[in-house]
Amino acid sequence: MKLQLAAWSAGAALLALVSAAQAQEQVVNVYNWSDYIDESVLADFTKETGIKVVYDVFDSNEILETKLLAGGSGYDVVVPSAEFLARQIQAGVVQKLDKSKLTNLGNMWDVVSERLAQYPDMSDYSVNYMWGTTGIGYNTKKVAEALPDAPTDSLALVLDPKNAEKLASCGIDILDSPSDIMSMTLNYLGLDPNSTNPDDIQKAEDALLKIRPYVRKFHSSEYINGLANGDICVALGYSGDVFQARDRAADAGQGVEIAYSIPKEGTIMWFDQLAIPADAPHVDNAHTFINYLMRPEVIAKATNYVVYANGNKASQQFVEPEILEDKAVYPDQATMDKLYVKRPYDARTQRVVTRAFTTVKTGQ
Amino acid sequence: MTAVPDNSPGQRTRRRPSRLSRGFVVAVPYLWLLFFFLLPFLIVFKISFSQTAIAQPPYLPVIGLADLVSGGWTKLRQLTIDNYTWIAGDPLYVKAYLSSLRMAAISTALALLVGYPVAYGIARAPRSIRSLLVMLTILPFWTSFLIRVYAWIGILKNEGLLNQLLLWLGVIAQPLTILNTDVAIYIGIVYSYLPFMILPIYASLERMDHRLVEAANDLGCPPTRAFWAITFPLSLPGVLAGIFLVFIPAVGEFVIPDLLGGSSTLMIGKTLWDEFFSNRDWPVSSAVAVVLLMVLVIPIMIFQRLQARQEGAV
Repeated sequence: MKLQLAAWSAGAALLALVSAAQAQEQVVNVYNWSDYIDESVLADFTKETGIKVVYDVFDSNEILETKLLAGGSGYDVVVPSAEFLARQIQAGVVQKLDKSKLTNLGNMWDVVSERLAQYPDMSDYSVNYMWGTTGIGYNTKKVAEALPDAPTDSLALVLDPKNAEKLASCGIDILDSPSDIMSMTLNYLGLDPNSTNPDDIQKAEDALLKIRPYVRKFHSSEYINGLANGDICVALGYSGDVFQARDRAADAGQGVEIAYSIPKEGTIMWFDQLAIPADAPHVDNAHTFINYLMRPEVIAKATNYVVYANGNKASQQFVEPEILEDKAVYPDQATMDKLYVKRPYDARTQRVVTRAFTTVKTGQ
Repeated sequence: MTAVPDNSPGQRTRRRPSRLSRGFVVAVPYLWLLFFFLLPFLIVFKISFSQTAIAQPPYLPVIGLADLVSGGWTKLRQLTIDNYTWIAGDPLYVKAYLSSLRMAAISTALALLVGYPVAYGIARAPRSIRSLLVMLTILPFWTSFLIRVYAWIGILKNEGLLNQLLLWLGVIAQPLTILNTDVAIYIGIVYSYLPFMILPIYASLERMDHRLVEAANDLGCPPTRAFWAITFPLSLPGVLAGIFLVFIPAVGEFVIPDLLGGSSTLMIGKTLWDEFFSNRDWPVSSAVAVVLLMVLVIPIMIFQRLQARQEGAV
C-alpha cells in the first residue's frame, strides 16, 4: 500500500514537473504591430520548435510603451520603434539579449546596424525586424490635376504654402506625430532634424502654421483609408501605411492610384526592433523566437508578405525581386545617404515640441 | 406564552438573513464605488503630485502601502503641486476645459431637444408597442460603438450618403463640409448618447398619472399650457438624469472628436491623451484628470444639494 502510494505520488510529482516544464517551454507571447507578419511564419515556428505563439497586436508605439511602463504586460517579445526603445532601455523595461542564443546574428545587415548604433546600447537590447521611412503618399491623378508639375519627390509638395494651397481642395493629411513632423520640417528648412533648440522649433512651428489652413486633418491612421478611398490626395505618413493604402486602392478597383516617394531632402529612417521586456515570463522562448526570425528565408517570407524592408542582409536573396528593386522599399544608395535617424527627445524638449504641434493644430 | 415568538428558532433564522441581506444590498453599491471609483481616483490623485521620471512606472516617488506604514515621510516630502501650477500657467488647459464644457453643453441641449419628444411619444404610445419602441431605442447598442461612429464618417464626408442625397434632392448645389468640423462632433455625440437621454425621461413620463392632464383639459386648460404646467415639471427628474448622463461623458469624450472632428477642435480628452502618450507625463495628465473631475463634480454636488433643499422645502 505504502509503496503504491509512494509510486503514485512520485508519478504525480513527475507529471507536475513535466507539465510545469511544458508550460515553461510551450509558449511565447508576442506583441507586434498589426498586419506585420505572414501568419504562416508563426505556424512554421510552432511546428519546428513545439513552442506555441500567442500573438497579439497593437497599432501605436504609445500603447506599447504605456503597457511596458506600467509593467507586468506578460509579453515575451515586443516590437517598439527604435526611437521609443531607446527610452525604454533607459527606463529599464527591456532586458539585455543573450547573444549566445542568437546564432543567426551574422545575417544582419551592416547598413542598418550602423545606423542603429546611433542609439546608445541599441544592439545589446534588440535586433531589427523591419525598417522604413516617413515620406509622401499621394494620389497620382488627383495631384497632377490640382497641381501640374507637382514636386512629388520633395517635401515642398506639402510644406511650401503655394503648393499646399492648390492641393487643399483635394485634401492634405499629416501624421499626428509631433516628433516625426517637427523633425521633417526642420530638415526641410535646412536645420538639424534632431535639433532641441527652442528657436529652431519655433521656426518649424511658424513654417507649419503657414500651411495649416490647407491641411484637412492631423491624424495617425485615417490617411490610409483617406488615400485609398480618394478622400485625400496627399499625406505625410509612414511608408508601410502608404503601401497599405496603395494595395487597398488597387483591390477596390475604383481607379485610385497611390504612390509613395521618399523626399529628396532626406527623411526619417525608422526601425522596428525585436526586444524582450524585463519581466518577460518566457525569456528562453523569446530568444528562440527572435533567433528564428533572423533566419534569412523566414524574415524574407515576412518581407514578401508585408512589403517592408528588413534588416537582414542574408535574406535579400529570398526577397521577391519586385520588392527588392522597389526604390520606395529598398532605396538606392544616394537616397539611403540622405536618410537620417531620429533620436528621442528629452522630456523637456518633448513637451516643447508637443506644445508647438498643438499650436499648429488648434491655433491655441 | 408571550415569550414564544422571541424564542422561536424559525423566527430568528428568518430575521437574521433578512437584516444581513439588507445590509448586503446597501453595501454592494458602496463597495462598488469604493473599488471602482474611489480607489482608482486616489491612485490618480496621488500620481498627480509626483514628477515624471524615465523609469517603471514613469514617475517619482512611487509610494506603496508599505511606505505609508514604515516612515515613507521622505518620499511624501517629494510630492509637489508643480503639475497644478503648470496647468494653471498655460492657457491651453483652461481653453480646452472651456471648449469641452461648451461642446458638451450644446450637445446635451440638442440631445434634450431630440430626446424629449421621442420619450414623450413612446410614453404616449399604446401599451402594446411601448416595450418594442424602448427596445428599438437601445437597439443600436447591439453594434459596436466604434463601428457606428465610423459609419458616420461614411455618411457625413463630402462624397458621403448625406451629401449625395441632398445633391440629388436639389437642396444644395455644392457638397456641404460637415466631416472634420464641430457640427460632426455634435451629430456624433447626440446620436451616441441619445438613448441615455430618452430612457430616463421616458421612465418619468411613463410613471406620471395621465389623469392629471385629463383633469386640466377638462377644466379648460389648453394642451400646451397643461404640458408646461403639469407634464414637464413632473418629468423634470428624468430630464435632469438625462442631462447628467449625456453631459458628463460628453465632456471627456475622446473617440468622437478624434474620428469626426477636425484637428483644430480643442478638447480636454485630446489634451489628456497628448500629455499621457506624447509627453509621457503621467503626473500632469493625472492632474488634468483630477481638475476635470473637480470641474464636473463640484457643480453637480452643489446642484444636488440645492435640489434636495428645494424638495425639503416643498
